[in-house]
Amino acid sequence: MYRARLNGPDDFDGWRDAARALTLAGIAPADIVWQDGEGAGDLFAADEPLPVASEAAFSVPRAFVELAETAILHRDPERFALLYALLSRLRDRPASLEDRADPLVRRVESLAKAVRRDMHKMRAFVRFRELADAQGPRFVAWFEPDHHIVRANAGFFVRRFASMRWSILTPELSIHWDGDALTEGPGATRRDAPGDDPVEDIWKGYYAAIFNPARLKVGAMLSEMPRKYWRNLPEAALIPELVAGAQTREAAMIATPPKPAARRGNAATAWSALREEAMGCTRCPLYRDTTQTVFGEGPVDAPLMFIGEQPGDQEDLAGRPFVGPAGQLFDRALEEAGIDRRRAYITNAVKHFKHERRGKRRIHQTPETPEIQACRWWLTQELELVRPRIIVALGATAGRALLGKAVTISRVRGAPLALEGGAQGWITVHPSYLLRVPEETRKAEERKRFVEELREIGERVKALV
Amino acid sequence: MATLSTRQKLEILADAAKYDASCASSGTAKRDSASGRKGGIGSTEGMGICHAYAPDGRCISLLKILLTNSCIFDCHYCINRRSSDVRRARFTVREVVDLTLSFYRRNYIEGLFLSSGIIRSSDYTMEQMVAVTRSLREEHDFRGYIHLKTIPDADPELAHQAGLYADRLSINVELPTEQGLRSLAPEKDKDRIESAMAGMRDAMEDGSDASRRYTHAPRFAPAGQSTQMIVGADQADDRAIIRRASSLYSRHRLRRVYYSAFSPIPSPSSVLPLKRPPLMREHRLYQSDWMMRFYGYSAQELESATDPVTGCLPLDIDPKLAWALRHRDSFPVDVNRAPREALLRVPGLGVKAVDRIVASRRHRRLRLDDVARLTQSIAKLRPFLVAADWRPVHLADRLTLPMAPPPASQYELFP
Repeated sequence: MYRARLNGPDDFDGWRDAARALTLAGIAPADIVWQDGEGAGDLFAADEPLPVASEAAFSVPRAFVELAETAILHRDPERFALLYALLSRLRDRPASLEDRADPLVRRVESLAKAVRRDMHKMRAFVRFRELADAQGPRFVAWFEPDHHIVRANAGFFVRRFASMRWSILTPELSIHWDGDALTEGPGATRRDAPGDDPVEDIWKGYYAAIFNPARLKVGAMLSEMPRKYWRNLPEAALIPELVAGAQTREAAMIATPPKPAARRGNAATAWSALREEAMGCTRCPLYRDTTQTVFGEGPVDAPLMFIGEQPGDQEDLAGRPFVGPAGQLFDRALEEAGIDRRRAYITNAVKHFKHERRGKRRIHQTPETPEIQACRWWLTQELELVRPRIIVALGATAGRALLGKAVTISRVRGAPLALEGGAQGWITVHPSYLLRVPEETRKAEERKRFVEELREIGERVKALV
Repeated sequence: MATLSTRQKLEILADAAKYDASCASSGTAKRDSASGRKGGIGSTEGMGICHAYAPDGRCISLLKILLTNSCIFDCHYCINRRSSDVRRARFTVREVVDLTLSFYRRNYIEGLFLSSGIIRSSDYTMEQMVAVTRSLREEHDFRGYIHLKTIPDADPELAHQAGLYADRLSINVELPTEQGLRSLAPEKDKDRIESAMAGMRDAMEDGSDASRRYTHAPRFAPAGQSTQMIVGADQADDRAIIRRASSLYSRHRLRRVYYSAFSPIPSPSSVLPLKRPPLMREHRLYQSDWMMRFYGYSAQELESATDPVTGCLPLDIDPKLAWALRHRDSFPVDVNRAPREALLRVPGLGVKAVDRIVASRRHRRLRLDDVARLTQSIAKLRPFLVAADWRPVHLADRLTLPMAPPPASQYELFP
């Protein structure tokens, strides 16, 4: 029997020296007792002197050294013997480390895996508390690792917190960093660590706020943050309360009605905010040559909304929709149809005047799809705010903006369309069309038809209100 | 309005940020504060660290906050939309910097994930965010992780500066389809989002090209870019989501696409569905994402695992199993002979297990016991594998797998 004495539970160098000498001397794994630190060891071991390491050496794969350096930190007392057994085998067959299906390789791998996890969790769950002493702030943490990892893990904390002064206290060992050098001290107890840090309260506030009660997954949390770590994590004190309150909070969210009533309440404010934003709209290039955005107008709870094409020359100057020649015609038609313009919301599909300059005059141009698309979201916002029961699109551009696709007026005219959200849609000609019909008799006919349509719409609105 | 304390602001602005799923702090350049110029703080070592887990199972790795939750946009799914009546708050640049450092010093976090509602203009907001990262990096020599959510409409020069300070940049595509985006986030535009992503990809490629030639070339967003899609707020099915994710991965070289199951928010908009989609759906999408990135499945192959009627991945079995059941002709696979690619398709075998199998089978003919030692669970594998002492007989002609009946569950009293 041989007794190999190591300087501590994580003494890899000591293990390597002893293991090298023993392997070279051909000692079988079963004939060695490994002993870390002081202690009686195996009572029945009759100590024989350890063989002296000869100059001869042998090499092992780099992967084994890395594996052994990690696995040796495990608290399992068998680890030294297991590693020695693996080493003896590698000497004969260096490639056998690749055979992951081998039970011994597997066992050592699982030790190393547990150590790696423990090291990772220490990096994650150490919580420093700030103290102040004569030389300034100092950060102290209390941590209880499962394995003998503290010394091996110190480098991580040095690299991360190089400019801080800090100490990590554990039951087995404490490590201290003063900004330049790492020193070690004896094990400590929880009482040696400071008990309080005001920032912890802010951190807990963050922890509670970042938690989404609508997706409670306690199992997922527990698998990554087992209970054994909780007592050293300030935020863990909140967990029971957060879990208990979660379902109530989610139910409350779902029970909160989408409240159209509340939206009504601030609809006017929202509308003015929207109008103000639209004033600075640059969603398409049309804003460049115009005087201003011509936004819709009318009561924000109007049951009836008219959508025109775009502002014309006069509208652009006045900043109001439907005030030019077509607007005046429209006003008269509304009057004849018995509709009060002041009770309807009137807007345009495109809010800037698209035109072409010819001499001193600005000639109207029909807006193209990209412009209609760009402007469409203002319209959607207006529709969302006003929520009219009946929406009348005047002309093809307005029809396109309302339905999101091209429409042929002659085909859809004269009958209501059901729109998303329950509103009724009507599509008819734009009043400016009536100005352009060349022949007088046809012009009168068209105008009559337009007024008739408006009358029918007006009656439907009255029936709804 | 009474002035809010830092803690009150933090609670409001963290609450507003929690709907962003991403919290990764991995995959960036290696840095530490012990080498180089003295006085800095922080390190990144490749692997991210989750410093805590919330009861929702999500990891807390970064201080995830908004600079402000005021916003001029009105996206229906968003708690911070203009028409929402949540309490508004705004951090100063200094407050964010101080908070990040004081959390970092106590080892609560790996770094900062900063996002923001849009105030005044996109450029102004972006400037403020860049100011935070500049202060952290230059004034405090912070070497931890920074993730910045950039704003697609902001000036490209600002995005470029952001990339020089941050490890990761991201822009959310928000909804998988253009139609969904139009109806739920009317101010956002698919093309603008994608062109901003393409711009970042170019800048990253330039950056890595430069650092190959010149040792001291500044790194541009070394942890790449990512994005997030909301699942279940619109009508898009899993097929559409997978297709979109795959096209984003291939065109913009994204590191990650995050899927966030739409979750009910306080004071919801009336356009939204009231009920949340099952969290399992989000999980299945993540599994399909992994299959694309690590297991060599193409988007078309994944689509064949979806239900032909609903277009969604099955919720009761994982997508890899679903794919295998639709492609019985590819199984069983001989664990001693099959190529790595074929082994990766066996339900229940992960990348690590496959690597272990490939390494081990050079040394021995694997028996079922050996495979059991190399993997998590052998029961799930058995019908799909041929080993030295094992050949499945039951599977091939059955429609469903012999599976245990689902565990009994308590009906909800108040569904």
